[in-house]
Amino acid sequence: MIGEWLDIGPVGQISPGNARTLPVQGGEEIAVFHTLDNQFYALVNKCPHKHGPLSQGIVHGAVVTCPLHSWNISLKTGQALGDDQGCVPTIPVRVDAGRLYLLRAAVIGATAPRAMA
Amino acid sequence: MVATPTQRLVVIGNGMAGCRAVEEVLARDPAAYRITIFGAEPRVNYNRIMLSPVLAGEKAFEDIVINDAGWYADNAITLVSGDPVVAIDRAAQTVTAASGRVEPYDRLLLATGSDPFIIPVPGADLPGVVTFRDLDDVDKMLRAAERGGQAVVIGGGLLGLEAAHGLSLRGMGVTVIHLMPTLMERQLDEAAGYLLKTELERRGQTILTGADTAEILGENGHVAGVRLKDGREIAADLVVMAVGIRPATALAKAAGLAVERGVVVDDHMVTSDPAIMAVGECVQHRGACYGLVAPLWEMCRALADAACGLAGPGFAGSVTSTKLKVSGIDLFSAGDFSGGADCEDIVMRDAARGLYKRVVVQDGRVIGAVLYGDTADGAWYFDLLRRGTDIADLRDRLIFGQAHALGGGAATDPLATVAALPDDAEVCGCNGVSKGTVMATIAGGACSLDAVRSQCKASASCGSCTGLVEQLLALTLGDDVQSGPKTMCKCTSFTHADVRRLIVEREFKLIPQVMQELNWSTPDGCASCRPALNYYLLCAWPGQYKDDQQSRFVNERLHANIQKDGSYSVVPRMWGGMTNPDELRAIADATEKYGRMVKVTGGQRLDIFGVKKEDLPKIWADLNAAGMVSGHAYGKSLRTVKTCVGSEWCRFGTQDSTGLGIAIERMTWGSWMPHKFKIAVSGCPRNCAEATIKDFGVVCVDSGYELHVGGNGGIHVRATDLLCKVATEAEAMQVCAAFIQLYREEAWYLERTAPWIERVGLAHVKARLFDAPDAVERLAARFAYAQTFMQDDPWARRAGGEDAELHQHLGEFRPFPTPALLEAAE
Repeated sequence: MIGEWLDIGPVGQISPGNARTLPVQGGEEIAVFHTLDNQFYALVNKCPHKHGPLSQGIVHGAVVTCPLHSWNISLKTGQALGDDQGCVPTIPVRVDAGRLYLLRAAVIGATAPRAMA
Repeated sequence: MVATPTQRLVVIGNGMAGCRAVEEVLARDPAAYRITIFGAEPRVNYNRIMLSPVLAGEKAFEDIVINDAGWYADNAITLVSGDPVVAIDRAAQTVTAASGRVEPYDRLLLATGSDPFIIPVPGADLPGVVTFRDLDDVDKMLRAAERGGQAVVIGGGLLGLEAAHGLSLRGMGVTVIHLMPTLMERQLDEAAGYLLKTELERRGQTILTGADTAEILGENGHVAGVRLKDGREIAADLVVMAVGIRPATALAKAAGLAVERGVVVDDHMVTSDPAIMAVGECVQHRGACYGLVAPLWEMCRALADAACGLAGPGFAGSVTSTKLKVSGIDLFSAGDFSGGADCEDIVMRDAARGLYKRVVVQDGRVIGAVLYGDTADGAWYFDLLRRGTDIADLRDRLIFGQAHALGGGAATDPLATVAALPDDAEVCGCNGVSKGTVMATIAGGACSLDAVRSQCKASASCGSCTGLVEQLLALTLGDDVQSGPKTMCKCTSFTHADVRRLIVEREFKLIPQVMQELNWSTPDGCASCRPALNYYLLCAWPGQYKDDQQSRFVNERLHANIQKDGSYSVVPRMWGGMTNPDELRAIADATEKYGRMVKVTGGQRLDIFGVKKEDLPKIWADLNAAGMVSGHAYGKSLRTVKTCVGSEWCRFGTQDSTGLGIAIERMTWGSWMPHKFKIAVSGCPRNCAEATIKDFGVVCVDSGYELHVGGNGGIHVRATDLLCKVATEAEAMQVCAAFIQLYREEAWYLERTAPWIERVGLAHVKARLFDAPDAVERLAARFAYAQTFMQDDPWARRAGGEDAELHQHLGEFRPFPTPALLEAAE
């Protein structure tokens, strides 16, 4: 159980409507989102379209609009919405006693280009 | 008669959970245990959630007692009140109270509840700082209220707002300080939070959101005020801390039980010691802690089953719902209202009645609801939610509530309902338009929503009857209904023009307010309407409206241009395209330090490419140090003023085009506009600065200045129209300011001057500028006033540390190949 969740700090460091990034050494950067109705989500910070940094998009509802070409990506499923096709890996987030946690296995699974020795 | 029980049950906690658990045990088997209850408070069990009405003077203590002394006697329960348990000896199976009293147990029940969380700031222990947890706290508040004065409540959650309401009714001036931007953010979305805040303010409370307490100030050994981290100070004779609660786990921890956030229990509320159970706010079940009363009843049933040796389903976790107990404010929230891709939001707003209803549906089932203004259907939605009822058949009528959704006959077909309305039924309350009038208007040739709106005014004000008018159109014309001009986005039935007009007419000053008053169909808009509303409000209320960063495109939020690889480009301002060796040296150094490439732009300046978002404040600090400011190359704003060298050098030059260009750029920089805006000044009709494909172009001639408008390059190249000719530089600048202001006030968001002028016509622009003798002057004055708030270099603010979190990573995670390590960024 210990260490199953990765503590990434207090919830207050991401204001509502914003996202912040967590680089993963040797892997893909993660974007952690705080929506206007106070939910937290984490995705690989890469639009399935042209790899735009989703963390820099406008957040509305549980959707982020990619800053490069305005694809709408669901924060819950990582799926592109509307007529666009594509999906970005999601990482489960837990909020506990005012701190944010990412599921460690999912962080590694979602961000590793391939398993390391 | 029952036999004398031999097993001893000791309950620590004489609150709602402890006593309810005992009631459940007694209901199953009155002979199972000899029961002793320890309570820290010197009184019988009362309904803690009704303390708010006691504070507000709506109830007395006697009204909220659950179990009086008779109940303890009738059930042979020993109540030890005012003597809290201080230790548990698990080996000996005894508890010891503060008085030294030792009580043996066969089964022990922890129902210690929770402790209020005290934020660790200086002064938190001053007399006059109270929590809101028990009757003693209420007594302290009531005594303070008798003396009157100012109260500050820290915490804008359920408890804090109820405390604030009570103190306000008791005659104190109340200020609520809340850390988050939205009140009750755990239960409410932004829209409902806005309505609540507005109503509380209307009742005279001061609500400070996004306010972080730095210190509680004292004077003569008593609380005197609160200082916020931004330096504001608020005087206070009483400070109520209501920021939250923590499970009271000290006893359990000291006894060596498994404790995480709360005392860990299984589905039958048994702790890591089989002889010890726990229930209520002190427990953690399947990772969740509960601070509301409803799950407690279910926990007590599961516990009693296990304590009495009965098979039962156990506690499987609970969905909770919340109602705010502030009289006159109806507010309900339940379940998950975070929305999202696989969820469907059904939103109904009725601005006139102050209603907001939002039901979240996933896979044909209700998963969350937020209701403001009318919570009559809260119980029904909560029931649908808990049962997981398939609502496919109710979907269209769900939002109108139980009575409407379940009503039979004509009510099931919305068109039939509308058809059944009598002719004198009022359709539009704002403008007093009846169904008969709307039908007559349609019969008279109005075949679109817009035509109906303009001809009979139905749905032209708040728009809440838009759906009804559309149904009348559909009923009359079937498929012949013409769709009107494009609405702003899918979130609203209003056009850009409507929204701009209504913001000014009805003095809307916040994005959530516009969305509520104009019946937005989404909770917080979309990537199209948020930036547009932000601009319209900024333009309408200079100096009053606070720019909403979350409604800005990335470039405007980060004051740089995002590139395809996620890096940014940075363009410092070069006034009129002029630079000097010092600036060039600073740009060269900055490029080497933070960039990967530098390029000359079409607007006569230099663009540094490849800068990382973390490095932006640093590069700006360097550029600021060399005297340069933001070039706004990233904004819907004034970009550049391109110039030629003019009469100072050029043998053809007729006027000082460079000087005029610099003066115009100094006047106009920093202004936000509907779209990007480019200016050029050419020194002679040869037009080397290409002024005739700019939004505003000046072509100097011997006798003065020709002013051109509405040009652009881009996909559809458009040459400018000649607006007028003036004799002096001062006049050229004044017309420039007036034209920009007209464009700012009248164009739609993301509409450049070229399509705007083609839409409204050059004649309209000329009329607005020149028909009234003082129109240019007044427009220019409004522009100058707005500019007093805008000419503040955003780069300097960021370089100084403002909004640092926008540029910094949360940290770095290094899972491969060394052991996991998280390093803080700061």
